[in-house]
Amino acid sequence: MILIVAEHSNGKLNKSTYEMTQAARDLGREGPITLLVLGSGVAPVATQAALLADQVLVADLPALSAYDPEVWAQAVAQIAREGEAHTVLIGGSRSGREYSPRVAVKLDAPLMEAVISMKFADDTTVAEHYTLLARVVERVEAQAPTVVVSIHPGAFPPASARPQAAEQYDVDLDLPAPRVVVTERNTIKSKRVALQDADVVVAGGRGLGSAEVYAQLVEGLADQLGAAVGATRAVVDAGWRPYSEQVGQTGKTVQPKLYLALGISGAVQHLSGMNKSRLVVAINRDQEAPIFKIADYGIVGDVKEIVPAIIEKLK
Amino acid sequence: MGLRILSVIRQVLDAEESVRIKDGMVDPSSSKLVLDTMDEYGLEEALRIRDAQPETEVVALAVGPARCEEALRTALAIGADRAILVETFEPLDVITVGNVAAQVARKEQSDLIFCGGQEADWDSQAFGAAIAEYLNWPQLTWTTALNLEGRTLTGTHDIDEGTESFSVELPAVITTQQGLCEPRYPTLPNIMKARKKELRRESFESFGLHSRLKFIRSEIQVKERMRRIVDGKDGSAAAQQLVEFLRNETRVIG
Repeated sequence: MILIVAEHSNGKLNKSTYEMTQAARDLGREGPITLLVLGSGVAPVATQAALLADQVLVADLPALSAYDPEVWAQAVAQIAREGEAHTVLIGGSRSGREYSPRVAVKLDAPLMEAVISMKFADDTTVAEHYTLLARVVERVEAQAPTVVVSIHPGAFPPASARPQAAEQYDVDLDLPAPRVVVTERNTIKSKRVALQDADVVVAGGRGLGSAEVYAQLVEGLADQLGAAVGATRAVVDAGWRPYSEQVGQTGKTVQPKLYLALGISGAVQHLSGMNKSRLVVAINRDQEAPIFKIADYGIVGDVKEIVPAIIEKLK
Repeated sequence: MGLRILSVIRQVLDAEESVRIKDGMVDPSSSKLVLDTMDEYGLEEALRIRDAQPETEVVALAVGPARCEEALRTALAIGADRAILVETFEPLDVITVGNVAAQVARKEQSDLIFCGGQEADWDSQAFGAAIAEYLNWPQLTWTTALNLEGRTLTGTHDIDEGTESFSVELPAVITTQQGLCEPRYPTLPNIMKARKKELRRESFESFGLHSRLKFIRSEIQVKERMRRIVDGKDGSAAAQQLVEFLRNETRVIG
């Protein structure tokens, strides 16, 4: 079977789960597409999953109420073994990329990480992924009884639901006790669309000058466009914005239809997180700023003058 | 006996260098290569522990071609006590390299391992977790603050949507990123001293492992951009033009 570990939050499947399902449907390898739902109180999620998969496995356990990499890896490896999964698909989120290597090691399987394309033919799984700060696409092959794959967010189109719901099966798991003690968890709850799900991202850099200007311009424009808000490393390091909004090598990778970069110079680490956006618009005072090299539309000028004017015209 | 810390490093293309491809593979032979800054934060944390507890030993480890010696010499100049290079020209997948690092850690009786959260060569976030799984140790990825008291490590790290404070007993694998600390620079006397520090070579073949992935081809990906750059001295006019551009070129605004 193809085992997909469903990603979900607040009682709903994440977009990434639909994307993984499409990757599985297009893989070209026999076997039922099986969605595994891990968590506590996840019945509504399992119901949604049933419209995507050939079968749904549900582990609804108190021990799964909070994510832990070792617990998740153990759960997924156990199910993969019992179900003789030949392909295990895991989300390319921070957590997915953190526990998927553990699953690969447990299953003695190769890991294909953050893949953007994938096919199976002639007993071989062929996949592509980015390297060198997302400047290079590398093609790799694996021949093994089981292959573990994490799926790059936004690389596959989301699968459509089917009219007929698949069967759901409860599974029991033998889980380890977490060894890391979490003493505090600060989850950012934003009213906005999630960064990786957004069609439009408005992002700001140090060029905005202060947290106040940042909030006024970046959030103001995002409000008008129904966009998600992103930030550069320098901005989150300065404490203007939370780390969850960071786009780049150490933050999130986004691929929206439109990426508006305000006061962002375009360090290679930031570009690696957004250079696959369909359309890039940049506003920056410095015409030599590297961001203009990857911009479809650029304005050389003062963000503090131009952005309020854009907001006004969009109202 | 003091703590034994392993700082696992990668030698990567300098961020300012452009990528060159030869025969379908990335060819770094004429490019400037550096110790990945992502790894420097872990090395710095290791050295801070040694500053506070001088009996600590910090060992730098690299798995890769012979030229990785330069990056290891940099690590020695920054302050590592000695270095190990597991030499191979074969391109290796991250799980296999994790296996090698774990075996070295076992031989070295390491208590704590640092490595970069996502190195700039293979864009992989799997290295730390793979090492941790081979050793059956806990892992903390994307750390933003660390404090060691005895064998209890506390700190903060990034998660999917937010941050966590944690506490863990050693041994553990920690992955690092920019913002964790301010790495120190190598000083001239330390650069001189680094030349005399021990750098042990081992061959990858002695580990009896092979890459789990076949590397077929690498291609530079350049997305064609319109590059329509306009002057924004007249803010209002520039704003108007942009709004029109967005209405014509995208369906995201009505």
